[in-house]
Amino acid sequence: MHLYHLTLQRPTAAIQAIVGNFSGLRQQEIIVAHNASLELFRVDAQSGKLSSVVTADVFGSIRCLEPFKLVGSNKDYIIVGSDSGRIVILEFSESSNKFTKVHQETYGKTGVRRTVPGAFLATDPRGRSVMIAAQEKSKLVYILNRDAASNLTISSPLEAHRTACIIHHIVGVDVGFENPMFAALEVDYAESDQDPTAEAAQKMLTYYELDLGLNHVVRKWSEPTDSRANLLVQVPGGHTSAGVVEGPSSVLVCCENHVIYHKIGAIPHRVPIPRRHGVSERQGLLIVTAVMHKMKGAFFFLLQSEVGDLYKVTLDLFDEQVHSMSIKYFDTVPVARSLCILKSGFLFVASEFGNQCLYQFQTLGDDDNEIQYSSSSYPEFGMSPLPHVYFHPRPLQNLVLADEIISFNPIIDAQVSGTESPQIFAACGRGSRSSFRTLRHGVRVEEVVSCDVQSTPNGVWAIKRAENDPKDVYIVLSFGNGTLVFSIGEALVEVQDAGFLLSAPSLAIQQLGSDSLVQVHPSGVRHILFGGKVQEWTPPSGLTITSAVANQRQIVVALSSAEIVYFELDLDGQLNEYQERKAMGSAVLALGLGAVEDGRQRYSYLSVGCQDQTVRIFSLDPENTLESLSLQALASPPASICMINHLVYIGLQNGVLLQTVLDTSTGQFVDTSSRFLGTRPVRLSRIRIQGMSGIIALSSRSWIAHIGNSRMTPLLHENIDHGCSFTHDLCPDGFIGTTGSILRIFRTPKLDDKLDQTSTSLCHTPRQMVRHPNNGYFYIVEGDTNRAATDSFPGSWVSSVHILDPIKRETVACVPLDSNEAAFSIAIVPFSAREGQLILVVGTATDVILNPRSYTSGFLRTYLFKENGEIELHHKTAVDDIPLALGAFQGRLVAGVGRALRLYDIGKQKLLLKAENKSFASTIMTLHTQGSRIVVGDMQHSLNFIAFKEHENRLLLVADDTQSRWTTCSTMLDYNTAIAGDRFGNVFVNRLSPDVSAAVDSDPTGDGILREKPLLNGAPHKTSTLAHFYLGDLPTSIQKASLVTGAREVIIYTGLHGTIGMFVPLVSTDDIDFLVALEQRICSEQGSLVGRNHLSWRGYYVPVKGVVDGDLCESFQQLSNDWQRVVAAELDRSVGEVAKKLEQIRVMASGF
Amino acid sequence: MASELRYTANTQLEHLHARYTGTGHADISKYDWVTHQHRDTLASIVGHPTLTSYLAIADGESLGRIRFEMTEKMLQPCGPPPRRDED
Repeated sequence: MHLYHLTLQRPTAAIQAIVGNFSGLRQQEIIVAHNASLELFRVDAQSGKLSSVVTADVFGSIRCLEPFKLVGSNKDYIIVGSDSGRIVILEFSESSNKFTKVHQETYGKTGVRRTVPGAFLATDPRGRSVMIAAQEKSKLVYILNRDAASNLTISSPLEAHRTACIIHHIVGVDVGFENPMFAALEVDYAESDQDPTAEAAQKMLTYYELDLGLNHVVRKWSEPTDSRANLLVQVPGGHTSAGVVEGPSSVLVCCENHVIYHKIGAIPHRVPIPRRHGVSERQGLLIVTAVMHKMKGAFFFLLQSEVGDLYKVTLDLFDEQVHSMSIKYFDTVPVARSLCILKSGFLFVASEFGNQCLYQFQTLGDDDNEIQYSSSSYPEFGMSPLPHVYFHPRPLQNLVLADEIISFNPIIDAQVSGTESPQIFAACGRGSRSSFRTLRHGVRVEEVVSCDVQSTPNGVWAIKRAENDPKDVYIVLSFGNGTLVFSIGEALVEVQDAGFLLSAPSLAIQQLGSDSLVQVHPSGVRHILFGGKVQEWTPPSGLTITSAVANQRQIVVALSSAEIVYFELDLDGQLNEYQERKAMGSAVLALGLGAVEDGRQRYSYLSVGCQDQTVRIFSLDPENTLESLSLQALASPPASICMINHLVYIGLQNGVLLQTVLDTSTGQFVDTSSRFLGTRPVRLSRIRIQGMSGIIALSSRSWIAHIGNSRMTPLLHENIDHGCSFTHDLCPDGFIGTTGSILRIFRTPKLDDKLDQTSTSLCHTPRQMVRHPNNGYFYIVEGDTNRAATDSFPGSWVSSVHILDPIKRETVACVPLDSNEAAFSIAIVPFSAREGQLILVVGTATDVILNPRSYTSGFLRTYLFKENGEIELHHKTAVDDIPLALGAFQGRLVAGVGRALRLYDIGKQKLLLKAENKSFASTIMTLHTQGSRIVVGDMQHSLNFIAFKEHENRLLLVADDTQSRWTTCSTMLDYNTAIAGDRFGNVFVNRLSPDVSAAVDSDPTGDGILREKPLLNGAPHKTSTLAHFYLGDLPTSIQKASLVTGAREVIIYTGLHGTIGMFVPLVSTDDIDFLVALEQRICSEQGSLVGRNHLSWRGYYVPVKGVVDGDLCESFQQLSNDWQRVVAAELDRSVGEVAKKLEQIRVMASGF
Repeated sequence: MASELRYTANTQLEHLHARYTGTGHADISKYDWVTHQHRDTLASIVGHPTLTSYLAIADGESLGRIRFEMTEKMLQPCGPPPRRDED
């Protein structure tokens, strides 16, 4: 088995976000680290919109990031700590729009290990050194400098290790230009590990000084601090060039419930963290992230608590001494991994779950009514026991939401369904920010205006009056018996006097030359000069014009005699007919002519599509006008042709679009690719969008592509019959489309978002969902441990069954569960005892505490469906453990209740236990059935294959896995094969040997398998692993489905951090050989940005088997041209062939 | 025998143990071994963002809280060491 892995949507969860001048421009940029990619954002200060500039896959896990600026430089470097055992310094290059590696220094083993640095980074604020630390013991300091050519240099590492010491956080201390200093929050466990009578280890705030003169690191100062301290925040220090004190230096220590300002040799200050009124006080309040912002002559801190409240902390200074520290409530935003403040007055919140948000500061909260708590108002500056203080949360006052980046993180469950246009339905989010999202491949369309023109047009054009007009002036509609012209103003007004012939249909309308217009109608070419003067060319008597094409300077018409007539505008603005007419010999169906480039006189090629299923290319150059260059046969008669520079798009009548490149030297087509767009003949129209040329292709679905990305993307809009682009003040980059007699003006605001999503709110964290086979509703079980309410207690839950209509995107009903029950699993079962009546089964448990695991009872609730899709409780069956997996099996319910696999049938009062197997090692997480086979995913022990023997009522364990894997999701690929994902980010395929499978199935009683000896303390047989791959994200759902109508099925998975990806089964050995070779070549050519070996990363836990990483293969496009040629040559292909093959696999499987 | 080797003859091995925290040896006590195991596990949870998220969603806590509690737990994941008999 060979699979090809492709990520369709990269993980969107932020690991960390940093702000800096990465491209060296004045403008600040934000870099967000996702699991294994870096993304650079820019903020438009005017509109407050975030735009993603570049995303780079790094093929390694990024753990921390720090911006770093050398003294006097205006460009930030990016220091990356990852699992590669190397410190990497990256630079963003504006010109090539890429991250490039400046330095890569190896210091340790790969992987996330507790004593290998990479967990924390701290930089000296003056840009002289960086410290990289592990979670335990190891700290390395590198000195950064610049050489004579002002390149960045990096020293060999200096050790600041401390054995048996757990590191909570490190931060660079601002000491001006004295020796660089780093603060670390550490606990030493050496003594408490050895001596049972030792006092509890103290948490120490330790300063490490890098002595630049002696080139070593010393432990300068170490002082016990609060035992629940978790975070350090840098406080400005040193002096400006003018000698003004910038700040008192040192650090803020954030602890549970308190914030302490700590400085060597000074009195510490402490303030309490205000808590919300009326919220449970079982647990202390933790600061999870913080940001310091320096302005001219002042600075402040924003600290964020674990519930999302922001606090503003300020220090009152006298000279360099802190007089008091004050804290007050600022605003509430989603809980963040990182906060970034931009100089342009924005706050970027890299949320830990859900969308990333950009806020704009309205005020700094200086003069509001919030109570401020100061250390100077408490005895001993707050170092004696402090009372709790409170605030009332309120809507945003100081911040206003400016923009959001859609993030699916976390995807908890997902399902692909729909045959017409497959959609991905995902249950995302957590707590009150939970949502149900529908994802469709396509570009979202926003309708600006629509009107009914009473009859059905057969053509639509929007044109300018003169070349220099900034916007379109006329909309021209052609009908079977005439032409309508509208002038565009405040409203669309029909005009009669524009010079057009209104009594005949139009074949082409074009703004010509500098200020004239042309209309081609069946009986003539009408040239409308500036001032309204009209010149008309008429075809020889008895002939009519059947089709026409025009650009700014050229017109080509085809006559009913299958002749081509060519006109060109001369320099005086006169339209001249070329004397010769070219006979085609077959009726002309389509003509294609590209736009005249700036400064050119003409476009040099004409393409003519004929009834005899050919396309011919003619030259339009003066020396060989209308000389035939080439002839290309087609599979079906052409319907329309569109040329953009050297790209030729041919829409065929059978609904296929051909996309080819015109070789200008020979006139031949090269690199032809085809794509089925819909069931109707493909109509093409050239457009301009975002300053680029592009096309729209109209068939039974509408598609759009632009030169920047030539892949066709569907427009999420109802069918369009005719269309063209449209420019207007209200709607720049707009389109006009007609559907029947309706004229619509619309635009595509997010052209680059290929995955359109819509979101519906849920009440609580979703846990599992199921779709009703008949009414199409989703039934989602959701629940949260309720910690916030004052009356909450450990193990208190709010949980419900949420019924949602995915088409109307609304909640149908939300059925809450009572008596502290929490729902974990859901299934719809057609019980054969009730003639296949569908019954909803929900697995719940009461008083659940997850860790350490406890509950009072589990239940299986059955619900009957009402007409409108709502549910009513039928009965409730108590079970002895938490049911985490439910499914339908041969007209019964199969349930994984704790470690027992059970079959239930429905009874009048409760579910009736029919069969049971309790031989599972931990807890059953997933269940899948086919025939008499059940595949059970165990929480810790991989997949188990079960055979059900009906006569004996036995559930027999046939085979298990040799490796213990922590299954999270699984699905059956065929009767003997299953794919599953585990908690650590692996996806694997297990297969039961067909011999064993057949032997088990042919044994009617199952006695044979029952008597077989257990193998390796488990089942009598073992499955074999066919494929294995590390994703870098935790797979939460996996499913076999096809993403393109009528295409082969692929395996689609979603990851917790928002990944959507797929595995494409490779069938031909040619493809396999080619892709494996390509992957190997690219792997050796292109090192990972973080210095991780690709093969070792994809084989994080188990070596990769049977999977080619398409993400790496597709990075072929990012290789330099020379390398592309080298790689392609090694594979005996051309660069174009390699690119085309990759594109083809992607498009065939996903349509993306 | 093995322990004598470790403490007397093979100082190089001792050096390696000091350098690579968490490396076991033939005479490791159950407490030491299990403590190392737990510390490795906790460090791995904190170090892998997907695992932290997974726990945070299950527990309904923030990532910061999970990271903090896991790091705190690294101090004595299996409680204080057992009392040793004086000899």
